[in-house]
Order: sequence, then structure tokens, then C-alpha cells
Amino acid sequence: MNHSNHVVSSAITPESIADSSLVASEAVAQYALGLGDDALVLAHRLGEWITNAPELEEDVALGNIGLDLLGHARSLLTYAGTAWDKSEDDLAYFRDEAEFRSHQLFEQPNGDFAATIARQLIASVYFAELYRELSSSADATLAAIAAKALKEVDYHVDHSEQWLQRLGLGTEYSRQRMQAGLDAMWPYVDELFGEDPFVAAAGEAAIDPRTLRPAFDAAVPRMITEAGLEVPTAPAARGGGRSGVHAEAFGPMLAELQVLARAHPGATW
Amino acid sequence: MTSPGDSGGRETWPLWEVFIRSSRGLSHVHAGSLHAPDETMAVRNARDLYTRRAEGVSIWVVRASDITSSDPDAKGEFFESPQGKEYRHATYYTESEQVPHL
Repeated sequence: MNHSNHVVSSAITPESIADSSLVASEAVAQYALGLGDDALVLAHRLGEWITNAPELEEDVALGNIGLDLLGHARSLLTYAGTAWDKSEDDLAYFRDEAEFRSHQLFEQPNGDFAATIARQLIASVYFAELYRELSSSADATLAAIAAKALKEVDYHVDHSEQWLQRLGLGTEYSRQRMQAGLDAMWPYVDELFGEDPFVAAAGEAAIDPRTLRPAFDAAVPRMITEAGLEVPTAPAARGGGRSGVHAEAFGPMLAELQVLARAHPGATW
Repeated sequence: MTSPGDSGGRETWPLWEVFIRSSRGLSHVHAGSLHAPDETMAVRNARDLYTRRAEGVSIWVVRASDITSSDPDAKGEFFESPQGKEYRHATYYTESEQVPHL
């Protein structure tokens, strides 16, 4: 491609990973697959907002965040696939529900706009802390993917926090809806920062999510209380996303994500 | 004076005009308009709508209803009076041989 205008990017892309001779180690690929699934599933959920957001501008804002996440997913799945001679599409479209490693937060149905903002706030702070640490991973490709993603997720945190404040400090009704959204998503926080079965084998290439919890706890409860809301105390959900255990709503979502590629294998457009 | 698209009502987000500066040293140029609940979100919406392809390094937003504009119906008296007054342009004048440094 020859783009004559604006910035010529040297940042890492899925294409540059696929075209390189990089081959991820088995352990790094297993770890990257989980991270890629997290981004892919949340990207799809955000895509469901297109034409349904409260305003056209918010369609675009949520769509932009979703596309950023899809970019992260493509890089991570492409890199994971180098270990098994599989493409990003092989991994995204031709694995079944139990083979997906995504944490359960990301597959939660959109609910109303406030619930989506609650999910996005939790997700974005988690991604920001993860990618901040992963940008100094011992694996140079993971580090490059994380460094590029970090700038994007820092913006996602800002978007969610702005809406948290507006809904929390808006009207009594908007405050109730925002609180209900937080209450619905909070049970899935613990899983994000629990033990990840694929981290230990990846060694210095991976980040133990348990080390990210203090940063999350220092940021998110403060944001919630500053928005006039209460930090939920709901008990944690069972978890198990990394091991292929998913909530009921995941199957239909995955079917929609995969149907076209499975109906027309190898199709290009 | 209210602007088109600005209902002034609480049920609709107000209209904002967006100005983007494409690089250092250039002026902010009008890029378009959008809806947002307040100025902070207007800047963010502008970022998402108008700078996705690295178009800008700075964004200004202003509430459309805060812009006072000339009246399109007053085009004649406002903008057509300079016609026939070419002497207002420097190129109207011939160079004098005795004047140096022109």
C-alpha cells in the first residue's frame, strides 16, 4: 500500500507479524491466545452498539473503542497462531465455545448504556494496567503489541470515566442506572485478577494478573465514589473463562461472530 | 440567535462546531459539527469523528449557538460592494521607476 498522506506508521500490525518469520513459543502462544480472546469478545460486544447507542456520536465512540480492541485481538491471535501455523481467522472463527479463553466480564451482554460503560471502565483499567506492564515483556513482539495498545486503552479509560461521572452525577435516575450497571458487572472483576493458568509457563514474557490488582483498586473505587456512586460489594462470580467456562450468553454471541466465516469458508471480501 | 440543529431543549444534545489544526504552525480550520452533552465530551467526540486518520494535533469546539454569523440574505450589501473597486488591490497600481525596494 502506498499512502502518500499523513503519518507513515512504523507500529506493529497483524500483517507485519504474519509476514515476518516470527514464531511464538508454545507457552507464549497459549498466553497470547487468552489475551487475544479477551479483546476479540469485547470488541464484538461493542460492535453490537452500532446504530443502537443513545446518539450517533456515541455509536462512533463505542465503535472506535471496539475497533481498537479488534486490532489488539488481531495482533495477539496472529502472533499466537505462528506457533501452530494458524491464521488469526482460523483462531477467531473456527474454535468452539469451550476453546475460547476469554474472561467472563467481556462476554456479558451489553445491557443498557450504563451497564456497557461499567463493563468498559473495568475492562479498560484492567487492559491499561496489563499493557503498561506487558510493554516491558521479555517477549519483544508481545511488548510491541502492548506498547501500541496502551495509548489506545488509556483513551478508553478516559471515555468510560467521563460517562461514569456524567451518569453518576447527572439525575437521580441516571445515577440509579449507573449504579445498577456497576452492580451487574462487578462480580466479574475478581476473575480478571485471579490466577491465569497460562502465565507461569510463559515466564518473563507474561504478566501475572494478580500483580495488577493494587493499581485497579487504587483507581476504580476512587472513580466510582467521585461520581457519587457506591463501590459494589456483590460476591464474585465463579469465573473460569481462561479454562473455557463461559456464561450462557456467550454461545449466541459466538455464533453470530462466526456464522459468516463458517457458512463461506475461505471467503474474502 | 439559535443555530440550526440546536433545539435548546434538554432532551437533545446541543450542536457543536469543530475546528481542527492539522499541524503546528497552521490555523484551526472548520472540520464539521457534532452533538455532545457538554464541551468536554464534544472534544472527545470530535477526536473520534475527525482525527481517526491522523488529521490533527489540536481540536477546538464551540457551541454552535455561540457563533454569531453574517446574514446569508444580506449578501449584497455585505459582500458585493467591493466589486468595481480594483484600486483596493495592490496589483491595481503600477510600479514607479523612482521608488526603490518595491
